[in-house]
Amino acid sequence: MSDISIYDDSQEAQFGDFVALLKPRVMSLVVFTALVGLLVAPVPVHPFVAFTAILFIALGGGASGALNMWYDADIDRIMKRTKARPIPAGKITEGEALGFGLALAGISCVMLALAANVFAGLFLAFTIFFYAVVYTIWLKRSTPQNIVIGGAAGAFPPMIGWAVATGGVSVESLAMFAIIFLWTPPHFWSLALFMKEDYSNAGVPMLTVTHGRKVTRKHILAYTLVLAPVAVGTAFTSIGGPIYLVTSLTMNALFIRGGYRIWRREEAAAEADGYRAEKAFFRFSLAYLFAHFTALLADSALKSLGIGGW
Amino acid sequence: MAITKDHELHRRRFGRNLGLGTVLLALVVLVFGLTIVKVQNGNKLEAFDHQPRVSVLPAPAGTGAGN
Repeated sequence: MSDISIYDDSQEAQFGDFVALLKPRVMSLVVFTALVGLLVAPVPVHPFVAFTAILFIALGGGASGALNMWYDADIDRIMKRTKARPIPAGKITEGEALGFGLALAGISCVMLALAANVFAGLFLAFTIFFYAVVYTIWLKRSTPQNIVIGGAAGAFPPMIGWAVATGGVSVESLAMFAIIFLWTPPHFWSLALFMKEDYSNAGVPMLTVTHGRKVTRKHILAYTLVLAPVAVGTAFTSIGGPIYLVTSLTMNALFIRGGYRIWRREEAAAEADGYRAEKAFFRFSLAYLFAHFTALLADSALKSLGIGGW
Repeated sequence: MAITKDHELHRRRFGRNLGLGTVLLALVVLVFGLTIVKVQNGNKLEAFDHQPRVSVLPAPAGTGAGN
C-alpha cells in the first residue's frame, strides 16, 4: 500500500473546500437581496416554498461561483488574495470544480422551477449563464467595464425573488435590479483604489490600470450621481414607502458626498493618509445597499399591518 | 481477522462523506416538505388524464350543483 502514501493528508479536499467553491460570502448578499425581492412582492408565498426557493437561488449563485473559480484558476494562482482558494491551493482540480458547478447549476434551476415556477427557474439559469459565460469568460479579461457588466449578474437575485412570488417581471423588480447594478461600479472601484492588486500581471484590465486612478475617481462620482435618482425614485413605486424614502434620501446624499470627496482627492494625499476616504466609502457602500433593502422590507412589513406605504 | 479492511482513504474521506450524506438527507426532507405543501395547496390535484373523469367534467344539464 505504498502507492497511496504519496498523497499528503493536507491536500485532501474536505467538505469545506467544496463549500468554499460556492463563494459563501457572495452568497450571503444573494440570499439577502433575493429574500427582499420575494417578500416585498404583492403575492404571498408559502413560507416553506419561499425557504426552498431562496435556498436554490443561493445554490445557483454558488454554482456560478464554482464555474468562475474553474475558469479563473490561472489568474487566481497569480493574485495574492485568491491564492488560497481551493483550486490554486491544489485541493480541488479544475475538472472537479467544473463538474461540481455544472451539476449544482442544473439541480438548482430544476428545483427552483419545480418549487416556484418555470420562469424563475429559467431566470436563475440565465443569471448563472450571465455570470459564468458573459462576465467570467467573455468580458472580464477583455474590457475595463467588466465590473459594470458583472454587476448585472449580482443585480438579478432580487428579480428572481420577485419572479418566485409573481412569476414575472415588473417596474418594481427592475428598480431593485437598477439599484444594485448602478451601485456595483462605485463599490468595486473604491476597493480597487486602495487594494493595489496585481490585476495587470494577471491580465485583467482594471479601470485603475487601463485609464488611471484619476479617471476611476471621476467614474465613481458619476455613478453615485446616476444611482441617486434611481434609488430615490424607487420610493414612488408600489414597493416604496416613507421609511424607504427617508432612508434613500439620507444614504444617497452621503454616498454622493463620499463620491465627491474621492473625486476631489489628489493621489498623493490619498496615499499619505492610507486611503482613508476610499476605505470609508467602500465600507459605507455596503451599509448603503443593506439600508435600502432593509427599508424596503420595513415598508412592506408596515403595509401588511395596514400602516405605512403610500 | 476482519474480512474487510478499512483503507486509510476511508478515514481521510470520512468528513466529506458525512457532509454529502447530510446534504442528500436534507434534499430528501426538502422534496418531501415541498410535496406536502403543494398537495395541501391543492395544486392540480386532479387534471386531465386521457379519459373523461366525472369530477372534472361540467355538470350535465338538469343536475343542479349541490343536489
